[in-house]
Amino acid sequence: MKQKPHLRWVEFAIESLIRVIGFSTVGFVILIFLFLLREGLPAFAQIDLGNLFGTRWYPTFGLFGTLPLILGSVLITISAIVIALPLGVATAVFIREVAPNWAREILKPMIEVLAGIPSVVLGFFGMTLVAPIVRETFGAPTGLVAFTGALILAYMSLPTIISVAEDALDAVPKMYRDAGLAMGATQWQTIWRVVVPAARSGIVTAVMLGMGRAIGETMAVMMVTGNAARMPLGLDALFRPVRTMTATVAAEMGEVAHGSVHYHVLFAIGIILFVITFLINLAAASTMFRKRRRGGLR
Amino acid sequence: MRNRFVAQRVGFALLTLAALAVVIPILAVVAVIVIRGAAAINWEFLTAMPRDGMRAGGIFPAIVGTVVLTLGTAIVAIPLGVGGAIYLSEYARDTWLTRSIRLAIINLAGIPSVVYGLFGLGLFVLLLGFGTSIVAGSLTLSIMTLPIIISTAEEALRAVPTEFRTVSASLGGTRWQAIRHIVLPQALPGIITGIILGLLRAAGETAPILFTVAAFYLPRLPQSPLDQTMALPYHLYVVSTQVPGMPPKIQFGTALVLLGLVLSLNVVATTIRSYFRRRRQW
Repeated sequence: MKQKPHLRWVEFAIESLIRVIGFSTVGFVILIFLFLLREGLPAFAQIDLGNLFGTRWYPTFGLFGTLPLILGSVLITISAIVIALPLGVATAVFIREVAPNWAREILKPMIEVLAGIPSVVLGFFGMTLVAPIVRETFGAPTGLVAFTGALILAYMSLPTIISVAEDALDAVPKMYRDAGLAMGATQWQTIWRVVVPAARSGIVTAVMLGMGRAIGETMAVMMVTGNAARMPLGLDALFRPVRTMTATVAAEMGEVAHGSVHYHVLFAIGIILFVITFLINLAAASTMFRKRRRGGLR
Repeated sequence: MRNRFVAQRVGFALLTLAALAVVIPILAVVAVIVIRGAAAINWEFLTAMPRDGMRAGGIFPAIVGTVVLTLGTAIVAIPLGVGGAIYLSEYARDTWLTRSIRLAIINLAGIPSVVYGLFGLGLFVLLLGFGTSIVAGSLTLSIMTLPIIISTAEEALRAVPTEFRTVSASLGGTRWQAIRHIVLPQALPGIITGIILGLLRAAGETAPILFTVAAFYLPRLPQSPLDQTMALPYHLYVVSTQVPGMPPKIQFGTALVLLGLVLSLNVVATTIRSYFRRRRQW
């Protein structure tokens, strides 16, 4: 039976259209990077590198030292992961291995709720309710400090960490657990010595994706960390205000003249953010692709 | 011999504690905002313009702005997202091109929201000359929601058994006919879930709209797609950090409206998913 010619034409048109749409995602990533380069690269020509990676950020005086901002982002991201990693992995293990059904039915939607709360709402909650608690507990002059930011960020990265870690635990074959139990190990020993180590690479992926989420987070961080652009060095850095790269861009872009040095430097910070998150996601993606090829288990 | 059972008790107790430490703050956030925000919510708050430097009156223009932006995002993101998902699930073979598309989607999902804001400012606001407008904001938000819609919709399409497509082909149907009449209808609930999840993310985001559309205060509603608009997430940021002497009632009320909007959409999405999963006959 021959198809009507008009049908074949429709088929061809639709297939091409869908193909173009599919490839457009790659186009968007490239377009975003090109735009950041276009607006950000002039900064490297306009001010020297010693200034750009210096320790002082005073744009009104022509000082564009991004080092305190980079270190600020690194400090609260790492602190957030230190909090979120044990909490997230333990929760994932609890959900997947230990929890009775009813607890699982409560936990999973709750974590979806957490993933759905807009960051500005968490930031608002952090500044009105968490910051005063932090201030009183640690006797700091203000509660808007790096630690508060890390705490909020930890909870924001938890949904990512928990769901990816859960998938990793899911991919561990049941026979591993059976073998552990058959050897006379307790359920806890099986989880701790067999299941979690077998899911190790997935857990690393989970932490990386959580880190990517944390370093790019903007509004909540801007609202709770106090935004002082000073070098976060010294033991008490966690309990002093810091400022991140994201918060700097969000707070200052609205006020700069388009085409000024300050404008280009903010785009340059965008380049740094893009490259960091790109590398983190590339690393996470490569472990995921590898896992897929080996049929679900490393 | 008893030791390892003691260890198991302690271990399980720690795991339970961790789960509680995750859940209790979530409950606290929702409970505090619902309880303290409920006091502010009344008909005037939802339907009136702000007064006295936003310290009184309502948040009507912000609600309208968020609805308009979300609809604008939907117009662009739904065809692109669903089309991308159809490509990946129905047409793409495992080539380096397909892998680079998957990589691009993972990366789009990971790009910081404020970087989307920069991109939107550079491309839509300045280069294409849309200015700070609903068009520029919606376009920025739709690129941001694309990876969420694509990955959920692709999952829904892949869940449709291959036999359905084979049967269609054996009856002389073309590939597109199979997709249009069999695969898409079967995957529709999952796709709708993905669309809602993507759009609620767009509705709650602040950083991408900061420099592309959001207005601090506008005394009127937006008149055209090239107007600025107020929006709920940015309004919450403004009333909680930018205006001194703001009554907490207004702040918590705004937070509750935003949270309520996003969470109720979330519930709709997950209900659709679980309802159709249970009814599915294959």
